[in-house]
Amino acid sequence: MHAFRNILRTEARLYLRDLPTLLTTIGLPTVILVVLGLVPSLRKPDPTFDGQTFVSYFAPSLLVVTLAMVGVNTLPSVLATYRERGVLRRLATTPAHPAALLAAQLVLALAGILASALLLILVARLAFGVPFPRHPLGFTLAFILGTAALLSLGLLVAAVARTTKAAQALAVPLFLVTMFFGGVYLPRFLLPDVVARIGDYTPPGVQALLDAWTGTSPQPLHLAIMAVIAVAAGVGAARLFRWE
Amino acid sequence: MPVIEVTHLKKRYGDLVAVDDVSLAVEAGEIFGVLGPNGAGKTTTVECVAGLRVPDGGGVSVLGLDPRRDAAQLRQRVGVQLQESQLPDRLRVAEALELYASFYRNPADPAELIDKLGLGDKRNTAYKKLSGGQKQRLSIALALVGNPEIAILDELTTGLDPQARRDTWGLIEQVRDSGVTIVLVTHFMEEAERLCDRVAVIDRGRVVALDSPAGLVSTVAPEQRIRFRPSAPVDDRLLTDLPEVSGVQRTGSQVVVTGTGELLHAVTSVLARHQIVAADLRLEQSTLDDAFVELTGHRPAN
Repeated sequence: MHAFRNILRTEARLYLRDLPTLLTTIGLPTVILVVLGLVPSLRKPDPTFDGQTFVSYFAPSLLVVTLAMVGVNTLPSVLATYRERGVLRRLATTPAHPAALLAAQLVLALAGILASALLLILVARLAFGVPFPRHPLGFTLAFILGTAALLSLGLLVAAVARTTKAAQALAVPLFLVTMFFGGVYLPRFLLPDVVARIGDYTPPGVQALLDAWTGTSPQPLHLAIMAVIAVAAGVGAARLFRWE
Repeated sequence: MPVIEVTHLKKRYGDLVAVDDVSLAVEAGEIFGVLGPNGAGKTTTVECVAGLRVPDGGGVSVLGLDPRRDAAQLRQRVGVQLQESQLPDRLRVAEALELYASFYRNPADPAELIDKLGLGDKRNTAYKKLSGGQKQRLSIALALVGNPEIAILDELTTGLDPQARRDTWGLIEQVRDSGVTIVLVTHFMEEAERLCDRVAVIDRGRVVALDSPAGLVSTVAPEQRIRFRPSAPVDDRLLTDLPEVSGVQRTGSQVVVTGTGELLHAVTSVLARHQIVAADLRLEQSTLDDAFVELTGHRPAN
């Protein structure tokens, strides 16, 4: 526990020292939101979105940006780099276990995701009148499960990739797919229905987030699928993960 | 009383036999060298000693403990510097040492260690900005920060320039003088000759020789060579009659005598008796390099 605390403190310092990555991780979704929000027509209620504004409709997709960036991109790259450079192995020769470093990275990933989501929700509310999630419990649950699913996938990538390059080769397509189905590249109403439906079930489960944000409780099936993905990928990662 | 005992160690990766049959014992307070060509099984052997790998057969005992069963205890008492082990780019020297010191019950003072390793003016420098020699010194410092009884150092000076290499050697001698037993994996013969009290030469997963560097040279490659220019003609028979001499050759005015044992004394005595002065006299002895070639049939990688 003692070692974990010290490792977490050191990793947090390193995390804060990488300012460009930190700002992108936490600020990018909000920046996109602000840019879109500056377009007047996107702030007008629109029947296409059941009378919501486009900004409200699109905000959950923006949550996907950070989730995908951190979960399937940054986390596996960092872990693969640490393994490739022998950081995990060196730690294994000391009284500290390399799992402490992995845990510290997960904590930082979560912190980044949380900070980014809070900033987005806050700015959306204050600047563009997007209401706070109307179904807070459902939203929290959808957010936790979606995050867990993506982080587990990220760990699975880190587990199967032997090198940093291999991790990136796996992470980039996964990231693009996550963003695409999450409706980041093309808003979901423009996607063919079947693609949008698939996106309901790909992590982080953007439909559940949208439902909970705009008021209805998320569908149990959507949440259940996220839980299943989180557990399956997590177990797979735990079995396949190598410290060297 | 040995602090490390390896008996009939075996380790294979799939079909590849990395360690076939290695037995050795390291005594307290010595610098013990593990030598061998690339892929001979040196690193695998010390990784088994460090508890990083599970042997397929044979026994390993470190400080009377089992590296796997008593891993938690041994990690407190054995410092390991692994081959090609780096740190995060943005981590600073002092941060790294303070973090690693915090893992141990009785750590060395990180600040003192930093000074001792000549990194005093680099304590706030990021790992990425360190030179190869500085990175290596930091790596050694990390292996020593827990105040270990045994330090295992793998490929200590690979990639260092000659000056940095010599500095590192001086450092290792200091560490030994402070009472730490050192296991040094290397393929630099000069390094082994300079530092090691004893060396084990490993080839194809087996120990092919175990002795002091000098002992190894004199048993495996005992031949010496004396070159000189005689002040007066010398009859070959004068030299070949000596029991120490095995051959005499002439190149121009130079005489080259090969032989073993107290060759120099025998040759200079007989020359003196005949009032012949040996000018430009040079004695060439075999080095650990020659012994290594003799033992393994490989040139040491240099």
